[in-house]
Amino acid sequence: MSILIDEKTHVVIQGITGGEGTFHTEKMIEYGTKVVAGVTPGKGGQRHLNIPVFNTVADAVENEGANAAAIFVPPYFAADAIMEAADSGVRLVVCITEGIPTFDMIKVKQFIKDKDVDLIGPNTPGIISPGKCKIGIMPGHIHTQGSIGIISRSGTLTYEAVQQVSQQGYGQSTAIGIGGDPIVGLKYIELLKYFNADSETEAVILIGEIGGSAEEEAAAYIKAEFDKPVVGFIAGQTAPPGRRMGHAGAIIAGGKGTAKEKMEALAAAGVFVAKSPAEIGAKVKEALSRR
Amino acid sequence: MKIHEYQAKQILSRFGVKIPAGVYAETPAQVRSAAEKIGPRVILKAQIHAGGRGKGGGIKLAQNPNDAEKLAGKMIGMKLITPQTGKEGKRVKKLYVEEALDIDRELYIGIVIDRATESPVVMASSEGGVEIEKVAAETPELIFKEYINTAAGFQAFQARKLAFKLGLKGDTFKLGVKFLMALYKAFEASDASLAEINPMLITKQGDVLALDAKMNFDDNALKRHPDIAEMRDLDEEDSLEVEAGKFDLNYIKLDGNVGCMVNGAGLAMATMDIIMLKGGMPANFLDVGGGVSEESVKNAFRILVSDPDVKAALVNIFGGIVRCDLVAKGIVKAAKEIGINIPVVIRLEGTNVELGKQILQDSGLEFYPASGMAEAAEKVVPLTKL
Repeated sequence: MSILIDEKTHVVIQGITGGEGTFHTEKMIEYGTKVVAGVTPGKGGQRHLNIPVFNTVADAVENEGANAAAIFVPPYFAADAIMEAADSGVRLVVCITEGIPTFDMIKVKQFIKDKDVDLIGPNTPGIISPGKCKIGIMPGHIHTQGSIGIISRSGTLTYEAVQQVSQQGYGQSTAIGIGGDPIVGLKYIELLKYFNADSETEAVILIGEIGGSAEEEAAAYIKAEFDKPVVGFIAGQTAPPGRRMGHAGAIIAGGKGTAKEKMEALAAAGVFVAKSPAEIGAKVKEALSRR
Repeated sequence: MKIHEYQAKQILSRFGVKIPAGVYAETPAQVRSAAEKIGPRVILKAQIHAGGRGKGGGIKLAQNPNDAEKLAGKMIGMKLITPQTGKEGKRVKKLYVEEALDIDRELYIGIVIDRATESPVVMASSEGGVEIEKVAAETPELIFKEYINTAAGFQAFQARKLAFKLGLKGDTFKLGVKFLMALYKAFEASDASLAEINPMLITKQGDVLALDAKMNFDDNALKRHPDIAEMRDLDEEDSLEVEAGKFDLNYIKLDGNVGCMVNGAGLAMATMDIIMLKGGMPANFLDVGGGVSEESVKNAFRILVSDPDVKAALVNIFGGIVRCDLVAKGIVKAAKEIGINIPVVIRLEGTNVELGKQILQDSGLEFYPASGMAEAAEKVVPLTKL
């Protein structure tokens, strides 16, 4: 098994005819992802990369049976695209777009609250269940199928973790980037719950960074309910307060949300905390051998 | 993005937030004529992007226009050091001249986006005029909060709740409610990330005004607010950071001496962390982003080495979409065109890594290759001490 996506995932790409959309759709198809439709308003009826294009997501769901949406539309149109996808009946929406205004995301979260849909991102590399399906922009070839779940706020740092895990001889069940923005869809706890229920996943790596309190909340959940070993790393131990470190979410405000606080919260919850980003793979081995 | 107090007040007043009479000035003569117009007693306020101005002598009371002109002469050009500027301080170039009012009470109002509830939150406290962080840490029961449902907006009952808790009465209560509603409207309509009024002033006559005002904005929303984007003051920003911004590079100057160039914000932070763990200190945060080209790598390198504190550099690239060969070409180009006279440790991984390493080797230039982040950091730290 894996979480959220597998061989049965049928993907519609919003913004398929754009530059980014085209490039990454090709890569996803190459990886083996079942891309069944594209959406670009006004271009319905055309074919792009030999995939049927529709005017609306609802049309793509009705005609091609899409059950997941990937969003590659510009930032000022992305909130609308997420809400359209959520309204169309797909179960999963993955928004890759970076730079969506915070107020737009507040509205999105209110809109999707009562709908039966999971949102990943925005500002995420996406989600991959190696060997089965990839929705996103991560390099497929560095991943191998296996038993480690990865949840991360970052992109390239996740690739780093994937490589270290592979060097230790493990693969990944599903790797997810939750996104670097202050307001995102699924966060650690929701994803940990999915991993808890997934029989293939034996351990989870949680990669956080400074800002907000999502890691502290995850620590409380892990302590209370999570059954599998967890390895944690927090980026930004050297970050100065009040500065945005690339990700809009990565700001330490008023002394809250520091790496130190987060690492302590995770350690107190029994998480194997890697102090150095080069120790993530070794910590996974340690966590699994201690079971 | 941050703006000055006088700019925040311009925005707020447009939405009906009451502010004291004030005039922007850059010379002592302008300050004098401002005092003649709105004085005679005025307050001179240094306009810099940092708080705690009063403590460093950045806020002064002048009794009359003569006094104001003299004080302005001393303030303009002074190096203002506050708890938030760091020890190097900020040069004062701009002043805001404001009418002096009779203070009865100083209260605190702040609006931010609360990440936990994913909504804006309006905070009010009777403890205005002091550091709110201190109030939050020592007497959190004195900070009152109302969370906003953005679909419905900030409701009058919520503003009334806060005004009652602040102990406002009669006409002042009504003015307080109006003030809060207007402030929230300004916050939402301008895509702000922070609106802070500290203090909100209650005058002896019972009026309610914003004595100080601080607004920060969501960088992602600035394109839909060209009037606010124009308020950006490049004087207040680090020149290398401004230069990096032109090439869509994310650069932040730090205090150490190891220059870093990394793709991805999370990996960039992790690289800084591992440098520290190996006994060094990063000179900067530099994320070259996902859409790297030869040209952007070259520019990134140019900016990185133009920081005189940098004694050695660490390049850490995990190629996914970014190809290592492209990065390698950019580094070689930078070295040949700009000339790099510091040691450079390079760790390449991922897409086209072998090709990238080959390009570096064939260049005939001297680089320090490393496999893995740990080895890279271990190599670069001693190189700063040569």
